[in-house]
Amino acid sequence: MTFASEFKEGLKLSAAALLANKVRAVLTMLGIIIGIVSVTLMSAAITGLNNAFNNSISAIGADVLYVQKWPWMDTGDQWWKFRSRKDIKPEYADKIAQEATLAAAVAPTVGRMGTIKYRDKTANNVQVAGTTADYAYVTQMSYDEGRFFTEEESRGDRPLAVMGSDVANQLFPNSDPIGKTIKINGLSFRVIGVRSKLGNFMGMFSLDNIVIIPLGQFEDIFGTHFYATINVRAVSKVQMENTKEELRGIMRKIRGLAPWQEDDFSINQQDMLTQAFDQITRYIYDAGIFVTALSLLVGGIGIMNIMFVSVTERTKEIGIRKALGARRRTILTQFLIEGILICLGGGIIGLGLSYPLSMIVDKLLPTSMPVSIAVMAIMISLIVGVVSGLAPAFRASKLDPVEALRYE
Amino acid sequence: MSENVIELIKVNKVYDMGAEVQVQALRDIDLTIKRGEYVAIMGPSGSGKTTLMNILGCLDTPTSGKYMFDGVDVSDMDDNELAKIRNQGIGFVFQTFNLIPRSDALHNVELPLIYSGVPASDRKDRAKKTLEMVGLGDRVHHKPNELSGGQRQRVAIARALINNPSIMLADEPTGNLDSKTGDEIMLFFEELHEKGNTIILVTHEEYIAEHSRRIIRIKDGMIESDLPLEKNGKVHAAHMAEKVPG
Repeated sequence: MTFASEFKEGLKLSAAALLANKVRAVLTMLGIIIGIVSVTLMSAAITGLNNAFNNSISAIGADVLYVQKWPWMDTGDQWWKFRSRKDIKPEYADKIAQEATLAAAVAPTVGRMGTIKYRDKTANNVQVAGTTADYAYVTQMSYDEGRFFTEEESRGDRPLAVMGSDVANQLFPNSDPIGKTIKINGLSFRVIGVRSKLGNFMGMFSLDNIVIIPLGQFEDIFGTHFYATINVRAVSKVQMENTKEELRGIMRKIRGLAPWQEDDFSINQQDMLTQAFDQITRYIYDAGIFVTALSLLVGGIGIMNIMFVSVTERTKEIGIRKALGARRRTILTQFLIEGILICLGGGIIGLGLSYPLSMIVDKLLPTSMPVSIAVMAIMISLIVGVVSGLAPAFRASKLDPVEALRYE
Repeated sequence: MSENVIELIKVNKVYDMGAEVQVQALRDIDLTIKRGEYVAIMGPSGSGKTTLMNILGCLDTPTSGKYMFDGVDVSDMDDNELAKIRNQGIGFVFQTFNLIPRSDALHNVELPLIYSGVPASDRKDRAKKTLEMVGLGDRVHHKPNELSGGQRQRVAIARALINNPSIMLADEPTGNLDSKTGDEIMLFFEELHEKGNTIILVTHEEYIAEHSRRIIRIKDGMIESDLPLEKNGKVHAAHMAEKVPG
């Protein structure tokens, strides 16, 4: 008997055996179903989080340094220390640009919420950002339409505005915004560009709900008492650390710090978020792996148990088959396939359940279920099937035909 | 092909019962059965009859001695080799029929062919023909619990015959049947014998054994007597007198 025909017969017999005991088969599958649902959902959530994070983080720029009053990641309960720091002033940008040799572009940004109007349409709670022409280079901005303001326009504080795509869609649903005049907190600005869509930041807020205007105009509207961020683009990613060190030196000089004094500013960068994020996902992952491994273990033990019962129940049948010429391998294959079928069935049902469930989870966390997760789930159930079916199948194959035939 | 289907030479079987207790079930059995013979093995329970049957059926191996089946020494074969001998050389008929309850008659009959690796279409054809031969052509898709005892035993006989075995080994084939159905089965065995099949009948009923042509009596693990049917005349006559009504 060839292995292929053995496999085929084993498949038929096992399927028939399972169908003869549907309720038991489904109950046995339950452990695997739960395990597979948890492994798939966890992977989907982590993949989704990663995707969302990578999309969001790219807006921050891997080669951009942000000089700010507050660090992004608080390392302790020192908020009072950060709070008492002097504000970062937009003027620092010019000085940094002059002195830094490793900075490709430097731009200050200040921001505040404002109300934007175009004719009868109003957009409330829009981020209004004041900056200089170099901001376009720091962020390597791209546009759906138009352009950013030039060096001259920026220095001359001309009333020009570049809009994020959300604002553009809200105020100009059917018309071309370029050249139109909008009002920001009552003052008129001419729209010269629409920035390309950046998307959501971690599903929390839109990066496109923004209007960018020259720094002087911003100060005219909102005043000067806002602390700024100095955005510095390094000449290359490789030079990030050197750029950071140089920037730190320049900042200490600007702040007039003595050598023994601590920095009274923070230089933030994308890495800090990535590290923090990696740590969080690792926690989720570890917890998920633990829960999953546990449920698969319990499921596997359940299957092994039922398979042992099934072997005992069918002792006589095994004896008959052996008397008629079934070899050890044939019996082993038959029972192993039965274990695998239970697990695969559980795996497929689990996958089927996790898809709609991931839609529900998606409301809380971004999820994503690529084919690789499905393949992984199937592989896992296959392995659990083999592992938990092996011992019972081995026992069945080793039964003595004389004893087995006598069994009632 | 040798003339002797079965040749036992000084076969012993000892069971270890643990705690150094040993039971000798068979003692120095010498036995030869020729092709085409119709033999009955008789003996009370505990005589070693069942052990002998298990060894003859290659379900078990002797502790010592030699067993030549169809000219091949099977005394030291491993499980898988024995499985092959059982599959192709031996057709079993059991007292309790031993059909697979979940499978229909056709599948039960084709089982030995599955294990010999016969392709499915060929298998079904042969299984159907064999079922027709035992008179169950119209019960092909019935499950064992939908068949009468006699019909079940005929399915089992069809299963035993399907691989054209060298011997048919029947263990109390009428033990679970009423006497009328039992007689039908014995009549069927008669037919098979006339067609040239080698039949070994294991029983403790004289009137069943008397269907055979040679009766071997086992007692205390040894062959007590081994005589052709005619020489059992006395018992035969007594039995007939008992059977004749009035």
